[in-house]
Amino acid sequence: MKQSLFENRHQAEWTQFSLMLEQLERGKETTRIASFPKDYRRLCHQLALAQERGYSSFLIDSLQQQVLRGHQQLYRHRSRLGANVLGFILADFPRLVREQWRFVLAAGLMFFGSLIGFALLVYLFPDLVYNLIPAEQISEMQSMYDPVAGHLGRSAQRAASEDWVMFGYYIMHNIGIAFQTFASGILFGLGSVFFLFFNGLMIGAVAGHLTHIGYGQTFWSFVIGHGAFELSAIALAGAAGLQLGWALIAPGRLPRAEALRLAARKSVLLICGVMLFLLIAAFIEAYWSSMTVPTPMTKYLVGAALWVLMATYLLFAGRTRHAPE
Amino acid sequence: MLETTALQRKATLSPPLDTRYHVETPEGIDLPLRPAGLMVRALAFAIDLGLRGLILGVLFVVLAFLGKLGAGLGSILLFAVSWWYMVLFEVLNQGRSPGKQWMGLRVVHDDGTPVGWSASLLRNLLRFVDLLPFGYFLGAICCLHHPTFKRLGDLAAGTLVIYREQPLARPQLPDAPPQRPAFALTLTEQRAILGFAERQGELSAARVNELASILAQPLQVSEPRAVVELNGIARGLLGPA
Repeated sequence: MKQSLFENRHQAEWTQFSLMLEQLERGKETTRIASFPKDYRRLCHQLALAQERGYSSFLIDSLQQQVLRGHQQLYRHRSRLGANVLGFILADFPRLVREQWRFVLAAGLMFFGSLIGFALLVYLFPDLVYNLIPAEQISEMQSMYDPVAGHLGRSAQRAASEDWVMFGYYIMHNIGIAFQTFASGILFGLGSVFFLFFNGLMIGAVAGHLTHIGYGQTFWSFVIGHGAFELSAIALAGAAGLQLGWALIAPGRLPRAEALRLAARKSVLLICGVMLFLLIAAFIEAYWSSMTVPTPMTKYLVGAALWVLMATYLLFAGRTRHAPE
Repeated sequence: MLETTALQRKATLSPPLDTRYHVETPEGIDLPLRPAGLMVRALAFAIDLGLRGLILGVLFVVLAFLGKLGAGLGSILLFAVSWWYMVLFEVLNQGRSPGKQWMGLRVVHDDGTPVGWSASLLRNLLRFVDLLPFGYFLGAICCLHHPTFKRLGDLAAGTLVIYREQPLARPQLPDAPPQRPAFALTLTEQRAILGFAERQGELSAARVNELASILAQPLQVSEPRAVVELNGIARGLLGPA
């Protein structure tokens, strides 16, 4: 068949198809959608014929463009993230954390190990803190948690109206750290290991120092509440990063790029959970931890309850087959 | 010596000299995508960077009037713009951030489908590593090294930055009486002759003559007649002869 005859015969179909494509691309509900897969396959046949018969480049290129657009509409990935947020929170996220328990354990040991280790070291050898943290930062921390000052948080002039400011600051600062800890894991896990150790060191050293100089009451009662979500979120972000790095170190039977791609697909879900945790943590930190009305005892109790809640959630949520989804 | 022998039907195709990347669809069609290189992507990024700076500048001026509330909102916005600007545009605007749109690029999955939330989030989170140790060093090295110009984020997320397809205009074929070729043409020869006719408008007359004269001898015509002869054959291939 000559090309002009072929074009004349199918021109109407092609115009129809491109109209349908435009509607689909603009996300409109069309009544003709049912016929779309069939029309698309027909177009593929026509493209194959045109190629095999040696028709001109113009015809083949424009058919190829149409097929590409059709391909993008027919095979577009349905997003797993936006679709069922509730199912993710209630079951999928804790399941994923348990499934990746090796990385979570490794990251947890690194982070909490260095945190507790340096806290003890600084508590036992107080002068060590000046080797770890710049002096002006230490004095800033001291003024923040000074029991005589009477209020808590980042700045000494802190007032209730500033909760908003701090909420925004915590979100930006903490999620930024979590993202860095995750992303740098692609460097064979080294980046994640570094950030886990480093953050553990900083937090541990500050905790040890403040406890040593007798500000323990204000400090611990302030951090225990949001710490449950914030610290575990950092550890989980590290776990996601280690997963990336491990895929590169030991890809198994897959090529490294492929192993990385598969690991990344899982770790990004972990990161979504981490963001959720950090939002909760920022909320608690800005609105509960900074309150000065409750006694330290209440704060410890609530804080302990939050830790238990977090651990129960990660360990037990979504275990039953018929979890709400 | 110009070697123009056509490939046999079942022969494996020699790897193309250009950077086209083929996606084979379940229908058995090979779709060519054109991955975008480092320079054009850097330009697109520079435009996005400038735009983000502008947005933040304007927002901070506005928020400065709101006092404390403004400061809180400001840091949330700073976070949103610095980490989510790319993701939101890529997912909601068919893989195009404003910079990419300007440069005629878009982000797709490796299989040519539009980029989704998780892939876009991943490739933009890993941007942090591509930036290391300074000024996109790792990203640039990786991009230059990879056959389809992927940076680390693209590798992990399985995404590709490609040139958007531009709508094609029907080329004007030169007038000539349709003819049958004197001998049977292979597919590649047919495509070559049709290509010659379709692209004639873009070439200078001298170049057209030069190209056509290569075929004067096999067509058994004099060199000046070769152009008309070839156009005639192209016309003959397209329509009734």
